[in-house]
Amino acid sequence: MIDAEITLRVNGSERHLVVDTRTTLLDALRERLGITGPKKGCDHGQCGACTVLLDGRRANSCLALAVAHQGADVVTIEGLAGGDGLHPLQRSFIAHDGFQCGYCTPGQLCSAVGMLREVEAGWPSVVTSDLDTDGIELTPDEIRERMSGNLCRCGAYVNIVAAIGEAAR
Amino acid sequence: MTDLIVRAIGAPLDRIDGRHKVTGAATYAYEHAIEGAAYLALVQSTIAAGRIASVDATAAHALPGVLAVIWHENAPRLEPLVPAPPTFQDVESEALQSDVVAYRGQVVAAVVAETPEVAREAAGLLAVKYEEGQHDVELRAGRDDLETPPRINAGHPTDTAAGDVEAALAAAPVSLDQTYTTPATHNNPMEPHSTVAIWNEDGVTLYDSNQGPHLIRGNVARVFGLPPERVRVISPYIGGGFGSKVLPHPHLALAIMAARVAGRPVKLALTRQQMFAIAGYRTPTIQRIRLGADRDGRLTAISHDVVEQSSMAHRFAEQTAVPSRLMYAAANRRTTHRLARLHVPHPTFMRAPGECPGMFALESAMDEMAIACGLDPIELRIRNVPSAHPESGLPFSSHGLVACLREGAARFGWDRRDPQPGVRREGRWLLGSGVASATYPARRAPATAIARVDRDGTFRVLVGASDVGTGAWTVLTQIAADALGQPVERVRVEIGDTALPVAGGAGGSMGTASWGSAIVDAAQKLRARLLELDDVIPAGGLEAGGEAGPNPAAQQFAMHSFGAQFAEVRVDVDTGEVRVPRLLGVFAGGRIMNAKTARSQLLGGMTMGLSMALHEESILDPNLGDYANHDFASYHIAANADVGAIEVAWVEEEDPHLNPMGAKGLGEIGIVGTAAAIANAVHHATGVRVRDLPIRLDRLLDRRPPA
Repeated sequence: MIDAEITLRVNGSERHLVVDTRTTLLDALRERLGITGPKKGCDHGQCGACTVLLDGRRANSCLALAVAHQGADVVTIEGLAGGDGLHPLQRSFIAHDGFQCGYCTPGQLCSAVGMLREVEAGWPSVVTSDLDTDGIELTPDEIRERMSGNLCRCGAYVNIVAAIGEAAR
Repeated sequence: MTDLIVRAIGAPLDRIDGRHKVTGAATYAYEHAIEGAAYLALVQSTIAAGRIASVDATAAHALPGVLAVIWHENAPRLEPLVPAPPTFQDVESEALQSDVVAYRGQVVAAVVAETPEVAREAAGLLAVKYEEGQHDVELRAGRDDLETPPRINAGHPTDTAAGDVEAALAAAPVSLDQTYTTPATHNNPMEPHSTVAIWNEDGVTLYDSNQGPHLIRGNVARVFGLPPERVRVISPYIGGGFGSKVLPHPHLALAIMAARVAGRPVKLALTRQQMFAIAGYRTPTIQRIRLGADRDGRLTAISHDVVEQSSMAHRFAEQTAVPSRLMYAAANRRTTHRLARLHVPHPTFMRAPGECPGMFALESAMDEMAIACGLDPIELRIRNVPSAHPESGLPFSSHGLVACLREGAARFGWDRRDPQPGVRREGRWLLGSGVASATYPARRAPATAIARVDRDGTFRVLVGASDVGTGAWTVLTQIAADALGQPVERVRVEIGDTALPVAGGAGGSMGTASWGSAIVDAAQKLRARLLELDDVIPAGGLEAGGEAGPNPAAQQFAMHSFGAQFAEVRVDVDTGEVRVPRLLGVFAGGRIMNAKTARSQLLGGMTMGLSMALHEESILDPNLGDYANHDFASYHIAANADVGAIEVAWVEEEDPHLNPMGAKGLGEIGIVGTAAAIANAVHHATGVRVRDLPIRLDRLLDRRPPA
């Protein structure tokens, strides 16, 4: 066992902590910092429940070793709205009932924020039909494809697609 | 019983726990901040049958940070399991009580350590030696050692029979004799089964992920020899269960034992991989269906024979043929359930146990029968709707199947469907559509509740209920508001804690009916007391207890939800890939309590049904004696891109015999029939009848007709 001292910027605050070098970013957040919004559903990067925004991009925090992200900027569901209010996606998820048990929800929301940035930046997906256009049209199929890294066992996908579609308008 | 004046009930109210869930403020079991908690890691057997010869913990103990290592030789003794053979609940409540290994993946040791990383490393250092026995894990219909269980799940009789099935089949001008199979499937709620156990002078407190805190308390109290009041179970937020969190699994006893041994609070969350061995699953089924009909499609015989599996340690017989006892009329009928006892993990409940796999078989067979009779599949079903329960003779309290089929046909555009299979093509895609019926019983379990009003006019309703994602918390608030005659804003419902009045779990689609009935009773008693006081609330507030038992009307009526599932599929002509661009489900489930969460429940069931139809299959490796796939990479559940448009609708249904709310429960019926509708649509698209789930590419490609 080797411990390492690291600093993370989590939801806008500098956090210093000592971690076992085997500690994932997810466990550092949940077990060391008490930030339990990111969920552990599989610990293998297969379900997306642990999705956070890592230096502005969506990432599975269970696949990241905390020690490898010294100085990183991490935004979790707790920091998404940047205050007491709700992010438009959070409001839209409530209105469209884009969740049931809620366990995949923080990951879905962080993933959706990252996904919309990717679309904004013009990144194509496998279902993007026209690679030459300036703007990618966020069709339901684009949302489905781009959100497929986030599993929902309750089966709220139909509502998740509607919620993201509305919030993105 | 006073009539309930409906105001809040039915409204599409946003979930009252929604804000907590979208902001990360909802606290699930493992996430409660517990001072000084240690971590537990589990060691699972690498053999499927035999005994543990030795456990060497020397290396594990030598690791800094290790607090305790527990195995059968040093584990706390639990109360002996009675009766013998033990009940299902008891078996899953215990762990580490003997050297016997009954399935691969059984927990054989556990390590408590200061951090999760150290616990896991130490678990890997344990040297467990086995005396390996011969395992027997293969489910086959032809086995000569199949058991006839005394009862099957939910207390149903194992076999039923009426008339002379063999003679009726022999005489029938149209008949069918086919075998359908469904694989083992794993519940896989997104939140792994988790427990935090804390011993103190009062007893043990558990932050636990379950589908009913009082159910967990009862089992824990029994095996640990504690009076129930010394066990507190706190479970406000649950990350899904789908049946796998109704009753305890071994992790619960392990966490409690570990906390006692280590003298520290202990946290345990199963890994996704471990969930494939020790958190329950749906048994695979082999189902032989025989149907006989006269020339105009009226059934004369229905026979449904089921073979399924259970573990060595306990007998769990899923009620797979039960829907065939009530769906369709026929004078001659039989159902049977037989069980192979194998060196496999314990099968338990998974969403709509019985109805879900059973209706895949029956509704696939009805589609085949419609073709054999030259009838539209909807018409065949309507012709065979029984006027009363075919076995008990009881009238149905309400029966919405025909209404659902007709409403669905209109919405789906069924009248434009050409019944001929394999003739519609659009580019690479073969197109087809299919239909299937759905059913689920409307039952009720005993529950109690307390309604109270504080001096400031705020109402609180307390009930030891559980919201596993169903929307129960919200729906119960709406029911309480109407029962109290108050707006929902003035009513707060508290659930998910054994400190609250005793109630059953979130299972069998009984939650709303059971908890809601108790809430209505408590609210009405509180209102009566307030009336006596001329609506002047005493300084200390006022409260009233309510209760609801089993529904006495169940003696006079058969009570069931019904539904109709429609599917549109596209099958790639070269690869056999199946896509489902559209599902439509129309349901008759009594009065709808909340239009938003009800729709979500049904959507969710249908989505899981799609997943069952196309993706889910736990594959047993006979050499290993275990399920070979045990993560989300190798056990695929439907992802967003697998799901197309899903439309949910319901028909108005007023049923005065159910409960004060008129609710039937919607947690399970959404999954029933979906897989059959998809399989029937695949046949319509391709001409290939797939009788074995899931509908894999190879099952289509190997049998497709020549191009």
